[in-house]
Amino acid sequence: MANQDLATPAPQAGQVTRVVQKARELRLPWIPIVVLVVLMVAAIFAPLLAPHDPGQLNKRDREVPPFETSKFLLGTDKSGKDILSRLIYGARTSVFISLVALGTGAVIGSAIGVMSGYFGGRTDVVLMRLVDAVLGFPTVLLALIIVAIAGGAGISNVIVAVAATVWARFARQARGEVLSIKERDFVTLAIVAGVSAPVIMWRHIFPNVINTVLIVISLLVGQTILLEASLSFLGVGVPPGDPAWGIMVSEGRDQIFEIWWLALFPGIAITVVVMAMNFFGDWLRDTLDPRLRRTR
Amino acid sequence: MARFIFFRIIQAIATLIVLSAAVFFGTDLTGDAALAMAPGDARPEEIQQIRENLGLDRPAIIRYVDYLGGILVGDFGRSYNKRLPTSQLVLERVPNTIQLAVAALLIAVTIGIPLGILSAVKRDSFLDKLGKSFAILGMSMPQFWLAIILMWIFAVELNLLPVFGKEGLDPRYFVIPAFSIAVFTMAGFMRLTRSAMLEVLDSEYVKFARIKGLAEQLVIFKHALKNAVIPVLTFGGISFAGLLNGSIVVEVIFNWPGLGLLMLEGIRTRDVPIIEATILVSGFLYIIMSTLVDIAYAYVDPRIRYG
Repeated sequence: MANQDLATPAPQAGQVTRVVQKARELRLPWIPIVVLVVLMVAAIFAPLLAPHDPGQLNKRDREVPPFETSKFLLGTDKSGKDILSRLIYGARTSVFISLVALGTGAVIGSAIGVMSGYFGGRTDVVLMRLVDAVLGFPTVLLALIIVAIAGGAGISNVIVAVAATVWARFARQARGEVLSIKERDFVTLAIVAGVSAPVIMWRHIFPNVINTVLIVISLLVGQTILLEASLSFLGVGVPPGDPAWGIMVSEGRDQIFEIWWLALFPGIAITVVVMAMNFFGDWLRDTLDPRLRRTR
Repeated sequence: MARFIFFRIIQAIATLIVLSAAVFFGTDLTGDAALAMAPGDARPEEIQQIRENLGLDRPAIIRYVDYLGGILVGDFGRSYNKRLPTSQLVLERVPNTIQLAVAALLIAVTIGIPLGILSAVKRDSFLDKLGKSFAILGMSMPQFWLAIILMWIFAVELNLLPVFGKEGLDPRYFVIPAFSIAVFTMAGFMRLTRSAMLEVLDSEYVKFARIKGLAEQLVIFKHALKNAVIPVLTFGGISFAGLLNGSIVVEVIFNWPGLGLLMLEGIRTRDVPIIEATILVSGFLYIIMSTLVDIAYAYVDPRIRYG
């Protein structure tokens, strides 16, 4: 008995050390991870975390400067709305739009990339020309074109606009992978066995591309957040009045003479999140697939 | 070379035609301009009248061909809201946007490239780390926010520079807008120059130049920099996209009378001729620039010409 008691904890301790060691080997980027966790928690639990309703007007507490009262930690705007609460809800808007837009772009882009790479030939040439054109084009201009075509501001139009600018990155990356995957034996065997092209692409090729797609997603989150914020800032994104970081900065611009703090905090939030995402994306790419290093 | 230039120009024209068609038919499909212009209580006959006045009662394809024909002679139609020829409204804005972009590019190059060289030469020093952090910060910061913060510090609090607007070529009006646009591109120039220089500094011929006992300055500027310049040049071409992005946003902040500001006004008021023209002209500027850079690059590096 005594022996067993002594023996059982030992492998556990070994496991813990192993996990710690593994974490050290991976060189996890702790600061970006903390930032991301905070962002996700703020986005998911916004109603629980926010000290006030983001749209609530407080007539007696207008234009409270930051760090003056604990009631309004980051101050209030000219109609007395609590800035901290709006920031927290803004995280929700940013995360929601970026993830939906990136997800849409990833699905469409990688599907196009897989087909383009698999079929090759003229389709491939035409599609890759289109990809080149989209990749080179100024993102804000492209997004504005989409918004203009789609008929103006609105969350769904922003999502479409952002997705329309990011899909090309997925298409390019996925196509490159497919070119080498389709030469591998398991694909050749599937073709010989008479499996249809859609099934080969879905069952045999796509699973091998998922890693790359994930890396590209993580590399693009920062850019997507920036783009969404820019569009909202320009007044063609999230409807004005909604708690979104870009809109807060835009409101802050109009009141820069009176309440400077209104523009300051959402900008810091965007910068910190984008920077963390960039670091995290770089780390993920280097860890999962160092070959992609050159492709950025 | 002539062949290369010819195909590059054909490609640029094709891109512009596709762009014009996409915007023309796209805006046509998603919204009725006559409906947007009519007052809320307009009767159907009145809306029909507006439609006829604007020529919107004809089939889209015929209007598109008409439109393309007009562009060839410099006629972009009339603005719905401002009742002026669109070409006039757009053309008076173009120089302002170009001036801003050029100023930004100059700032980005004159600060970014020397910083990159310095960072590479003094690798892993405090200066290098500072430069790297600056580059990362520059790529993560939203331009619109940086612009507003600079405006707040230098124009509102310190009262050193004008808050917004533009007075001819008065440089004081250029400082904050151009610098805010430049930061992103500057960070890119810095990172690229640094990595290109590091690669070159590590090469055999630089080692040889050092062994030969050449002065360090001569090694860096004559032997290393010359060879590090090609990747930096390519980035110069790509950076036009960033500059154009930046100028759209920054023009709105500083009320800078450029193309970007006009485009946004057009989108907000659904002034289709303005939207069309500003997008086409911006696209045209961008495509001209990248075509020129491609040609210059092919000239410098023969591998591209024949590749």
